[in-house]
Amino acid sequence: MSIPLNYYIVLSMILFSLGIAGVTTRRNPILIFMSIELMLNAVNLSLIAFGRYLGDAGGQMLTIFVMAVAAAEVSVGLGILIAIFRTKDNVDVDVLNGLKG
Amino acid sequence: MTLQALLSGQGLMFLFFAVAAIASGLLVVILQNPLRAALSLVINLFSVAGLYLSLNAYFLATVQVIVYAGAIMVLFLFVIMLLNMGQANLNTSYRGVRTIIAFSSAIGFGGLMSAVALKGQPDVMLPADAMVTGSSAGSVEGIGKVLYNPNLPWLFAFEWTSFLLLVAVIGAVVLAGKRQQPSEDKA
Repeated sequence: MSIPLNYYIVLSMILFSLGIAGVTTRRNPILIFMSIELMLNAVNLSLIAFGRYLGDAGGQMLTIFVMAVAAAEVSVGLGILIAIFRTKDNVDVDVLNGLKG
Repeated sequence: MTLQALLSGQGLMFLFFAVAAIASGLLVVILQNPLRAALSLVINLFSVAGLYLSLNAYFLATVQVIVYAGAIMVLFLFVIMLLNMGQANLNTSYRGVRTIIAFSSAIGFGGLMSAVALKGQPDVMLPADAMVTGSSAGSVEGIGKVLYNPNLPWLFAFEWTSFLLLVAVIGAVVLAGKRQQPSEDKA
């Protein structure tokens, strides 16, 4: 007897909610990036689960592209972080208000 | 709800990796030390890779371990150590009201979506023919036959993904590379 699809979806939603909590509570940009990775992984899991249960190979294809975009995002984001740290000693996101956001 | 599905061999595998993923994901969110949070994220990525295996996505489970748990996490740890944040010297303490609002909104979102997934329709089970024919869909051969098929839309997107990675590499080098003359605008 196989696992119902709903279990994978609920697990994916739990991991996504953890990512939301991390992004909204963390002040360290690196930890915010990690929480974003958590959310991307949750979406990947639901994509693969849907693809498997609906018999569609598109879920795994989309997951490949999500992984590639996540790798690009992390490399550029950490580059920005190093550039910020070079001009300011603090990388607290509440202190980095130069854009008056 | 068919909870007895969790008592089969595949169900116990799902349960183990699901509990590990949720526990390590919670540690990523609540641990104060960035290094420990990063190592918890590695455990989380391995657990999700195990879940990919239970969904017959063999190639993606391998990619998850090599790319995510390997390359991306090494990048994270490198930057944490480069910026010397391992001692939790950043004031990463939580603030009360914002934390309560954030966690309650996250729990509300997760609960809402889980309710939709559980109550929307009866349990979606694996189709019977997928047990037989779906075994090769996640292999390297199965992925490649779909990804590089010119009659499917993925080949065009794949080519542009390589261009995106090139742009990301150039951008990262430009952003983090050594300046010839340090700029004086310290804002």
